[in-house]
Amino acid sequence: MCDQCGCATTPDTVHVHDHAGVVTTRSVDAQSVEILTGLLHENDHVAAHNREHLDRHGILAVNLMSSPGSGKTSLLEATIDALGDRHRIAVIEGDLETENDARRIREKGVPAVQITTGQTCHLDAHMVHDALHALDLGAIDILFIENVGNLVCPASFDLGQHANVTLLAVTEGDDKPAKYPVMFRGSDLVLLAKADLLDVLDDFSPQKAVGHVRDLANPADVFTVSARRADTLVPWIAWLEDRLAACRGGMAPRPRSHPASRHSHHHPHHAGAAE
Amino acid sequence: MHELAICQSLLREVQRVAARNDASEVVRIGVVVGPLSGVEAPLLERAFTLARCGTIAANATLEIEEAPLTVWCESCGVESQVAMNALLCGRCGTWKVDLRSGNELLLKQVELSRDETAGATG
Repeated sequence: MCDQCGCATTPDTVHVHDHAGVVTTRSVDAQSVEILTGLLHENDHVAAHNREHLDRHGILAVNLMSSPGSGKTSLLEATIDALGDRHRIAVIEGDLETENDARRIREKGVPAVQITTGQTCHLDAHMVHDALHALDLGAIDILFIENVGNLVCPASFDLGQHANVTLLAVTEGDDKPAKYPVMFRGSDLVLLAKADLLDVLDDFSPQKAVGHVRDLANPADVFTVSARRADTLVPWIAWLEDRLAACRGGMAPRPRSHPASRHSHHHPHHAGAAE
Repeated sequence: MHELAICQSLLREVQRVAARNDASEVVRIGVVVGPLSGVEAPLLERAFTLARCGTIAANATLEIEEAPLTVWCESCGVESQVAMNALLCGRCGTWKVDLRSGNELLLKQVELSRDETAGATG
């Protein structure tokens, strides 16, 4: 599957690393096997592999998520304008259909790989792995992965990114973090986007949005940004450059706890669980 | 509806466990799902009835254990049972807490049966 790097990511070989296999009872014709492996073990393994590739090249990889229409692509265009002279950027675009977003990014002179997922509501680590092979990793400093517009499913799939960034446009409700706790609990940064509209939208309170993020026990920064106003992007650009410096210094950050990759805190140690 | 994708991943894992143990059939699959895992138990059950078809687990039952949602407050030393969008200490109300349980998404146990003719040693 992965000819360029010589890695083994086929389903048959990933399991070499499992935590499995304590046989608790055994009779002639029946047995119960205790596993305690993540349900997304296979995805998580490929995600870890992607992260290793990115780490080796000193690339910062950011998983950009939001509901559809929150302005992910516009933010990327503005980010390329702000950062493109200093750092080499590449983008992986996830959409159900069309190459439109990748085309917009390419018009900025930045390489973009479009993944069309068909009816699949999220990107997974395998799709990103294939997309990585379509990019020259030696020529990238920051990789943005623009996930499928969806605040539910993408939260469950680790891709190998270093940080999760979630956009919440001020045209949405400021209680979105309370409605989609899995997504916002796993966010390393929340961007309140389209902030130029705050002047005319008096029902969105940035303070309330921050409060809802804190209610998820999440200390992540929350920045107010507008893709139309370069001055509002300064904290976001600084945030990216801090993390890029960490990646280059061999101190690549890890995303906040990922549901699927987390194991139980209360591993049962009992034996003989089955009859 | 990412539950179907998760279910297919679960079944691939189960098939590997079955193969490693020379099983002829998977009888029961036990998983642990926390409220913050992003997976809905009823949707996972429904996806399972589709995804299991034609696999070694075609007749298996899926048992879903729902993990409690609890946080630990270091300053109070108190563990609280909380709601999904209010991960706050039950005593002092701070959000500076650690999640103790609630984001699990685990394959816990697989019950297998084996053909006696398959060479089991007993």
